Amino acid sequence: MKEITIISGKGGTGKTSIAASIAVLAENHVIADCDVDAANLHLLLNPCIESKNNFWGMPRVEIDVDKCTGCGLCEELCHYGAIKSGKVDVLCCEGCLVCYHACPEAAVRLVENLAGEWFICSTKFGPFVHARLGIAQDNSGKLVAEVRKQARELADREGKELIITDGPPGIGCPVISSLGGTDLALVVVEPTLSSIHDLSRVLDLTSHFGVKAAVCINKWDINPENTRQVEKMCSEVNVPVVGHIGYDPAVIAAAMKGKPVIQMVSTVVEDIISLWHCMQEELGI
Amino acid sequence: MIISVASGKGGTGKTTIATNIALALSANNQGIAYIDCDVEEPNGHIFLNPEMQDAREIYIEVPQIDNEKCTYCGKCADLCAFGALLCTEDSVITFPEFCHGCGGCQYFCPAEAVTPIPKKIGRVEKGLSGNIIFARGCLEVGAALSPPLVDAVKARVNADISILDAPPGTSCPVIHTVRGTDFCLLVTEPTPFGLNDLNLAVQMVRTLRVPCGVLINRAHNGIGLIEQYCQKEKLPLLMTIPLSKRIAEAYSRGVPLVKLDKQWEADFRQLYRDIEELVAG
Repeated sequence: MKEITIISGKGGTGKTSIAASIAVLAENHVIADCDVDAANLHLLLNPCIESKNNFWGMPRVEIDVDKCTGCGLCEELCHYGAIKSGKVDVLCCEGCLVCYHACPEAAVRLVENLAGEWFICSTKFGPFVHARLGIAQDNSGKLVAEVRKQARELADREGKELIITDGPPGIGCPVISSLGGTDLALVVVEPTLSSIHDLSRVLDLTSHFGVKAAVCINKWDINPENTRQVEKMCSEVNVPVVGHIGYDPAVIAAAMKGKPVIQMVSTVVEDIISLWHCMQEELGI
Repeated sequence: MIISVASGKGGTGKTTIATNIALALSANNQGIAYIDCDVEEPNGHIFLNPEMQDAREIYIEVPQIDNEKCTYCGKCADLCAFGALLCTEDSVITFPEFCHGCGGCQYFCPAEAVTPIPKKIGRVEKGLSGNIIFARGCLEVGAALSPPLVDAVKARVNADISILDAPPGTSCPVIHTVRGTDFCLLVTEPTPFGLNDLNLAVQMVRTLRVPCGVLINRAHNGIGLIEQYCQKEKLPLLMTIPLSKRIAEAYSRGVPLVKLDKQWEADFRQLYRDIEELVAG
């Protein structure tokens, strides 16, 4: 089984539009959305939910006012300033449970924390796993790990050979969680100064974790000069550029219709097909 | 006044908006700060070209085990909520990248075998762009823990008006940015993606009890989608920026809107006055 993870340094570069189109082109695969903070792929795949499951985050702590003697030890030990005058601010709490373990009166109790949900769905383009992180919850990395685990189990059960994962943007915790053990990270970049700046950081990250990377330049024609700069940057670090997708308002039109852009009449269709062929070559499938 | 600029999703134009507000206000004001809290991918410097004056490395404390004192009782590993310690028969292995610096392992170790040692998670840089005070956090590549860095960069600046550029998403790093600000400006695009993410961001900001308003970027004929949502949720729609190839090209070259056309400077100042009124209630 192989796994492709689509990521980008900067958000809004077109990861989801590309992931949806690849999901249309590929065969015998499972689709996963690991951007649990702001999941969007479901808007293009029109999924039918088969199962809905709870995601339990780190337990929250609560102070039992009847048992609390006000000794202040919890407040003193909390490195996050989450306890003030015997009250826990859940938004500051990191869930380390030091207060729970340290309280001499056992006045700190644990409260189960429903931190989100994950779904297994069917779509016209194959089975699909996605999730929704609860509002103002931490642990997006852990939920990403859950989505990936479910996608792998589903692929095993159904004899699928490929997982296509729409990843989160950035270089932090959720992305790191999306990359471990993936066979190919497809990095989507736009020829803008911001996106180029972020590309170098994201390529540092893939190389730091020893993940094979390939780059796709989206809307390459809005600034051909910057596109050449991206190509040069990639060749210097031996990362192949496997796709150039042109600018076409059809991509927004497809999003408005809730369809993968590959199903529209657009100049980008050929670009995406060629991207997919190059990715297959990189993966040896 | 501290204004955070957030969006739920990346690529909606947060940095464009935040830098342009700072530029518009700084034209005849002192004491304006732009603070880039997108520590994973800071981009504000591309538009503001600051001259950096000082940098400070930011550390968290992670455990170091003294093998002479350690009895391998395993208490540290049992108590660690983040899986940052693993105890075997004859050693304790630490995984500093998972450590949140809570200090529990040190506090509970019966043999006093744990000493906190600093681990660099990034740096905070400060400088000037014209008369704008510029600050940003820059996360070390491979470090997973951005919230302490966000807190550190916020704490480094004290200006009359601070504009905070938030990271994308709705989880920890964004919460650390938006928390405690006077107003949160939510930037969105008029697409189903934009609406989905705006809705998540609104719920996040409401949980934090920060007043908010909406700005539509790349507005085209789908704008009704967001307008309806704002009406339903009773959210002020503060500004609209059209979808324009001219703006996109200028952006790709790092040229801010206020330099493209003087009218934008007036528009962003008006935006600030509107926010001021909303905050004053």
